[in-house]
Amino acid sequence: MSSDTLNNEPAIKTHIPDSFEDGQGCTPNNIKISVKDLNFFYGIRQVLFDISLNIYDKKVTAFIGPSGCGKSTFLRTLNRMNDIIEGTRHNGDILIDGNDIYAEKVNLVELRKKVGMVFQRSNPFPKSVFENVAYGPRIHGIKNKSELDDIVEKSLKNAGLWEEVKDRLTSNALALSGGQQQRLCIARALAIDPEILLMDEPASALDPKSTTRVEDLISELKENYTIVIVTHSMQQAARVSDYTAFFYEGDLVEFDKTKKIFTMPAKKQTEDYITGRFG
Amino acid sequence: MWKEKAIKIFFTGAATTSIVVVGLIFLFLGKEAAPFIFSENVAKLFGTEWVPVSFEKEQFGVLPLITGSFLVTFLAILFAVPFGVLSAVYLSEIATKTEQEILKPLIELLAGIPSVVIGFFGIIVLSPILKNTFGLESGLNAINGAILLALMATPTIITISDDAIRSVSTSYKQASIALGASKLQTIWRVVVPDALSGIIAAVMLGIGRVIGETMTVLMVTGNAAIITANPFDSVRTMTATIAAEMGEVPFGSDHYRVLFCIGIILLLITFGLNMIAQKVLRRRGV
Repeated sequence: MSSDTLNNEPAIKTHIPDSFEDGQGCTPNNIKISVKDLNFFYGIRQVLFDISLNIYDKKVTAFIGPSGCGKSTFLRTLNRMNDIIEGTRHNGDILIDGNDIYAEKVNLVELRKKVGMVFQRSNPFPKSVFENVAYGPRIHGIKNKSELDDIVEKSLKNAGLWEEVKDRLTSNALALSGGQQQRLCIARALAIDPEILLMDEPASALDPKSTTRVEDLISELKENYTIVIVTHSMQQAARVSDYTAFFYEGDLVEFDKTKKIFTMPAKKQTEDYITGRFG
Repeated sequence: MWKEKAIKIFFTGAATTSIVVVGLIFLFLGKEAAPFIFSENVAKLFGTEWVPVSFEKEQFGVLPLITGSFLVTFLAILFAVPFGVLSAVYLSEIATKTEQEILKPLIELLAGIPSVVIGFFGIIVLSPILKNTFGLESGLNAINGAILLALMATPTIITISDDAIRSVSTSYKQASIALGASKLQTIWRVVVPDALSGIIAAVMLGIGRVIGETMTVLMVTGNAAIITANPFDSVRTMTATIAAEMGEVPFGSDHYRVLFCIGIILLLITFGLNMIAQKVLRRRGV
């Protein structure tokens, strides 16, 4: 880990539950994103209350909770996508690699290059498969055709889509199946070489088979990326994630290892939710 | 039951009326023009001189009128398209809610100004400005007409382009922004390309508006029937010719029938433009 992360160690340490330092590689050194006392408002309506948690490097962290609990809003604060909504504001800190992403001098282009995003509804551009994946690199100034070719191939391979689309790179992305479109969106996000991948219910609009493919993909991708996934499905959270955060009405009720959350939740509310008593 | 039927007949009648009227216009134009079209004089239409009243030899070459119309239309579109499309982009993507609420009604107001008032403005204000700026003999020329027509076509282009741009899915914009694109990059690389067919349709309808406009061009283009590509020359458009000469032409003369021929040419051009616009609009499923 870089040294500037280490410098933040004292500040971060207070937010780590003791149970995390259990010799499984979850010491403060692995913290990728650190959120401290985050409050978030749409106009005068507060939707997130004092959220503090750490997201670990090259792990999958799942956000679960009933609709409207603020989990998607929270996800979108991590790459500042909420900025485009008028009348939003926040207080508290979000540090990525120890740097405050809401600081004055932050370059949004660099931030979003580092923190990729996949949306709930697959949203490929109405362009060719190739142009979809090449869009990000082009935006960031890559013009060389062979370089773009390489990036497109590598990204599609990483998204497990290359074999299916390598002969139809020039056909319109909207002609692909729903599951393929979603993996294309993942490839598009990977093409700008992010370190963190935010996924907002990436499989909620997919059939079971495509869902399995995306879940397998997530497991592969965590080798190289830090993944944060919002999901409605508790089974999905249990299957793919290492850590789980349970949100309810804007509060972070509980955050722990996924295994612990699903077997021995500390809070009654969490237990009620995961056992299906509400939500 | 009979009430249902009566209402249905009433509405069907109302709906077909406009089609019948268009058909009748075509028929009427054709009927008046036919005797000339099927006479040996028809070759005169392809001449290069328009001298419809003469003691020696009348010339009915419509070419100067067609080139006049095209020159004015082309220049007007050259001004109106960038202006209109950029305005639409601003209005739909960049302007704040308050700005939109102020600008939209004003733009629609512009569409409502009578063309004779705009022509008046052209003679009194624009003509002297052009004359003095470029050192011309007269400020009544093609470019004067083109500027005013651009002003008249802009509301059409803005309103329809604005709709097309607004209908671009937010999810595309979000995807682009999340990839690190700036707002401007998102507009040029995602929003405008996706709205392009709508924008083209808007431009087509704008051209239709420009080429059919009569009063303004009659007042400000100088009405000299010459073939020219110089924007600072006076020109005479097809519409202005019909408007200016129809009132005084001897009924049933060759001149009278040629004016109807011009009407048919004009109708075919606008008809073609509208068809293209409709086709483009239908392709995007609007």
